[in-house]
Amino acid sequence: MKLGIVVLEGPYQHEAADTAYNFAKAALEKGHEIFRIFFYHDGVNNATRLMVPPQDDRHIQQRWSELAEKHNLDLVVCIAAAQRRGLLDENEMKRQGKDAHNIAPGFRISGLGQLIEAGVQCDRLVVFGD
Amino acid sequence: MSVVKKFLYVNRKAPHGTIYALESLEVVLIGAAYEQDVALAFLDDGVFQLVKGWDTKELGSKNFQPAYTALGDYDVKTVYVERESLEERGLSEDDLIEMTYEDEDDDFKEKSSVHIVSREEMAKIMAEADVILSF
Repeated sequence: MKLGIVVLEGPYQHEAADTAYNFAKAALEKGHEIFRIFFYHDGVNNATRLMVPPQDDRHIQQRWSELAEKHNLDLVVCIAAAQRRGLLDENEMKRQGKDAHNIAPGFRISGLGQLIEAGVQCDRLVVFGD
Repeated sequence: MSVVKKFLYVNRKAPHGTIYALESLEVVLIGAAYEQDVALAFLDDGVFQLVKGWDTKELGSKNFQPAYTALGDYDVKTVYVERESLEERGLSEDDLIEMTYEDEDDDFKEKSSVHIVSREEMAKIMAEADVILSF
């Protein structure tokens, strides 16, 4: 089955981010295709490469990046939601005149159209939120 | 994207206190460009999003309620509001803003987009949707 996944909650704050990851991993192990994972609301914070969790805890961003690399996943962060929360890639850093960027490897910034497209293209769009 | 699917945007949260309502509305407005079959559902505290007369001055946030009344211009013609959610909060249809669209099949007459439905009907509406985005 072709799946789209939507992550609406932030890392560590809410279990939705973990459940989405576990679901994605299990779906891939079962042989399903993941068309896209879209991060929205506070879910965009999953994509910051600057998170430093305690060493004995899971590293949520790294976990996503590794899964993306292993399975060539399309991890998309909503640009509007990202910008108002201080998440920028290198291009946006330059465009907005900021001095840092923080999008982790495997993630890309794009628009809400990517979410609608996932809804249209996928057999199922699975939303993880509050 | 020539496929047309039934999108249902489910709004369950109060308009203020969290950003869910505002960012959901942003998805609806952007999504309108993709010519899908769109409907909105309001239930639980989400019904407060449609209650007339917001005043956000003291909150220091933008009053985005006018965007709901403009949804008809974005081809959003169907808005379901759950009756039980209204009643549980002491609200009725009279408390809600007007939402209308122009019916191109009926001489562009302005018609109400709002349908008050029971919880049971809402479950059926959800079951019939292809894509549910729940905020």
